[in-house]
Amino acid sequence: MVEEKEKNMQKEKVGVYICHCGSNIAGTVDVEEVREWAGNNPNVEVARDYEFMCSSTGQELIEKDIKEKGLTRVVVASCSPHMHEKTFRGATERGGLNPFLYEMANIREHDSWATNDKEAATQKAKSLVNGAIERVVHHEPLEKIPVEINPNTLVVGGGIAGITAALELANSGNHVYLVEREGTIGGHMAQIDKTFPTLDCSACILTPKMVDVGQHDNITLLTYSEVEKVDGYIGNFEISVRKKARCVEEELCTSCGICEEKCPAQVVDEGYGAGLGYRKAIYRAFPQAVPGYPVLDKENCIYFQTGKCRACEKFCPTEAINFEQEDEMLKFNVGNIIIATGYDLFDARQIPQYGYGRLENVFTSLEFERMVNASGPTGGHVVLRDGETEPERVAIVHCVGSRDKNYNEYCSKVCCMYSLKFAHLVHEHLPETEVYDFYIDMRTPGKGYEEFYNRLLKEDTHFIRGRVAEITDADHQPGEEGKLIVQAENTLLGKQQRVPVDMVILSAGIEARADSEKVANLFKMGCDYDGFFNERHPKLAPVATMTDGVFIAGACQGPKDIPETVAQGGAAASQVASLIGQGTVMMEPVRASIREEDCSGCRICNNLCPYNAIEFDAEKEVSEVITALCQGCGTCVAACPSGAIDGAHFTNTQVMSELQGLLWDVQPAPEKVNV
Amino acid sequence: MSEQYEPVIVGFLCNWCSYRAADLAGTSRIKYAPNMRPIRVMCSGRVDPQFVLKALRNGADGVLIAGCHPGECHYVNGNIKALRRYTMLKKALDQWGIEEERVQLLWASASEGTKLAERVNTMTEELRALGPLRWHEKVLADNGAHRVPVKEA
Repeated sequence: MVEEKEKNMQKEKVGVYICHCGSNIAGTVDVEEVREWAGNNPNVEVARDYEFMCSSTGQELIEKDIKEKGLTRVVVASCSPHMHEKTFRGATERGGLNPFLYEMANIREHDSWATNDKEAATQKAKSLVNGAIERVVHHEPLEKIPVEINPNTLVVGGGIAGITAALELANSGNHVYLVEREGTIGGHMAQIDKTFPTLDCSACILTPKMVDVGQHDNITLLTYSEVEKVDGYIGNFEISVRKKARCVEEELCTSCGICEEKCPAQVVDEGYGAGLGYRKAIYRAFPQAVPGYPVLDKENCIYFQTGKCRACEKFCPTEAINFEQEDEMLKFNVGNIIIATGYDLFDARQIPQYGYGRLENVFTSLEFERMVNASGPTGGHVVLRDGETEPERVAIVHCVGSRDKNYNEYCSKVCCMYSLKFAHLVHEHLPETEVYDFYIDMRTPGKGYEEFYNRLLKEDTHFIRGRVAEITDADHQPGEEGKLIVQAENTLLGKQQRVPVDMVILSAGIEARADSEKVANLFKMGCDYDGFFNERHPKLAPVATMTDGVFIAGACQGPKDIPETVAQGGAAASQVASLIGQGTVMMEPVRASIREEDCSGCRICNNLCPYNAIEFDAEKEVSEVITALCQGCGTCVAACPSGAIDGAHFTNTQVMSELQGLLWDVQPAPEKVNV
Repeated sequence: MSEQYEPVIVGFLCNWCSYRAADLAGTSRIKYAPNMRPIRVMCSGRVDPQFVLKALRNGADGVLIAGCHPGECHYVNGNIKALRRYTMLKKALDQWGIEEERVQLLWASASEGTKLAERVNTMTEELRALGPLRWHEKVLADNGAHRVPVKEA
C-alpha cells in the first residue's frame, strides 16, 4: 500500500494520495500502478492509495504523514476540486501546513468517469497526478481574504419555494428582494385547486403567505420584473433588475378593479388561466393577487394597438393609469441569492397522437385544475369544452411527456398523485361519472400518499395498467360514435382495449423552464441534461450550487411536490441565514500583485483590468494593484510584457510546471531540444 | 488502446464555465476521447500565449482553450481578451506552418458538458488525421531562422 524510500536529491517532500472512490475511480484507473509510479518522482516522499480519501480516516492519513514524515506539500488525486478541494485543504491545515500547499488532481470527473478505456485512463491519471506534483512544488503559502457578507438577499421567483425562502429570511430580521416575472406572486400553486393527499384548498393555504410577503417590512417585492445582470461574488453581488412598465402607478392604485371591469378587450388567459377562460387586457391574474394592482398587457390593449379606447384611464377614480410609463432599471446589492424559478408544464401538443389542441375535449392537467376550481372559468363545474355538457366517462392519462424517451426520460414525480386527486374530484363533482385511469406504474411514495391511492381504489375508479397509444375520434365499433376513444394495451389482461369516453385529461409532466439555461448562465450555475439546475451535491448539498452564495429551491432543481418544495425553500433560507450570521466568509487569496522592480510602467495592464483595480503611480512610474478590488482573473498577468505581475496561486511558474508535468510521456527527447 | 496514433491535447479550462462543463461531462458519464489533459485556470483571459507555445514545444499535439460564452465571463470580459490573444497567436502559428486545427478556442458554459466532450472528440479526430506535430522539426528547423523566443518556466 505504501511507497517509501530514501532520497537525497529532493527539494520538497510531497505526499501523494490516490483515492479509489470505491469503484468510481479504481474501476477504471489502476490506482496501485499510479501510486507506485508517482512514488518514483524525486520530490515525492510518500505515495499512498486509499479507498475513500475524503473519509475521516483518509484525511487522517494526510495529517499523520505531515506530522510524522515532515511533508511539505500534499497532492490528492480524487474528484473535482469543486467537490473536495476544501476538504483536503482542511486536512493539510490540520496537519500543520498552510492549506495552499495542497493541489488536487481530478482523476474522477475528468478521467475515470469520462472513459471506459482502462489503459488510457491510467495513463491520463498519471499525467494529471504528475502535473499536480510538479505544480505543488512551486506553491506558496497564502492567507485567505475575509469578505463581509451583505445581509440582504435576492430571491428569484415568487412561487411557494421563493415565498417560503423570502418569509423565513425576512422573519429572521434580514432584508429580502423578491423578484417575480409575472404580475403577481403565487406561482403554480395559486393555479391548483386542491392539494394531494389531504385535499386542502391550495389557495386557502397559499394566499395568507402571499399577503405576508406583500406586507412584510423586510421584503421588497418586485413583480413584473426580471433580473438582467448579476455582478460580483458571495457577500457582495450587484443585481440589476428590469421592472417592466405595467402602466399603473403603484402609489395611486387602490386595487379597486374598476379598470378591469371596464376594459373592453377579452383575451384568452394563457398564463394563470392555463388557456381555459378569459381575462381583460388590464388585469390581475386572480382576485387575491399580491400585489393587488393590475398589469396592462400592451399587446392586447386596444389603445396600444389602435390608438383609441383609454377606457381604463377614464374610469380610474385615482388617475392611476399611465400609458407613458416606461421600464425602470433598478440596482441593489445583496450578499446571497436564492433561485426558485419553478417549472414549465410539458406541452402536450408535442404528442400528436393524444390529440391535444385538435380534439376539443382533451384537456391538460392544468386546464382541469382551473376547471375544477370554484373560482375558475366554469365556477368549479366539470364540463366539456362547450361549457355545459357534463361528461359521463372521463379518462385520465398518466406519464404524458414523462418516462418516455421521445420526450423526457425522467419521472415527473407528482403526476400519479395529482391524477388520483383528479379521479377523486371527478367522483366528488359528478358521482354518476365513470373514471378510467391509465397508468404505467402507480408511484405514490410519501406520507399519506399510498393511503390516498387505497382510498381511490375503493372509489370505483377503473384503473387500467398500460401506456395509452392513441386518443382518437374515429369510431369503428358500436358505442363509439361521438366519443373520444382511448386505446391502450391493458398489460394486466394482456390485450388491447378501446375505451370510449367524453373527456380526456392528460397528466402532463414537469419540465425545466424554457429559459433555464439562460438563467443558469446569468447566475453562473450549471444545468443538467433536462435543463434543471445542478445542486452542489445530490445528497448532502441539495440546495447549494457550485457558485458560492447562489442557492436553489423547488422545482427548478427537479420535479417535486409542494412539501418538498417548501422544505427546500426553508433549507435555502437557513443556509443563507447561517452565512449572514457568520458575517464574513473567507475568499480565495487568488489576487494579482506587481513586482515594482520589474514593472516598466507601460500601463498595458491598467486598461485591461475589468475592475479598474490597477492604478498607475505617476511618481514611481509603476502600476499597482488595489488588492481589495482585484478578483484574481489573471488577465493582467497574461498581458504583462515584462512578466512583472504575479497571479497568486496561478503564477507562470506554477502553470508552466503543471504543463510540463502533464506532458511527461510525450516530451521530445532531450538531444532534439535545441532551445 | 489500439495501435492507432493518439494525439495529446492540453486543455486550458476556465474555472467557472469550462472546467465545470468537463466536471458535468464526467458526472453525466459522457464518454469521450481521453486525449485531453486539462489545466485549470481562473479565466480563459489568463491563458498567456506562452502557455500554448510551451505546450506545443513540450510535446502536445494540440491545445484547446475553453472559456465562458461571450457576455457571460465571470470576470466581465476575460474571454474576449482570450479571443483577441487567440486571434493574434493563430496568425503567428500559421506563419510557422502549424495547422489550423492544432489550437482551438471553445465557449462552453457550465451546463455544456456534451459540447465540451464533443469538441474533444472532434479535435482528437482532426489531430489524429494530421499526425504528430513534430514542433522541433517543423518550427525549430536547424537553420535557427524560426526560433521562437519562449521564456522558460
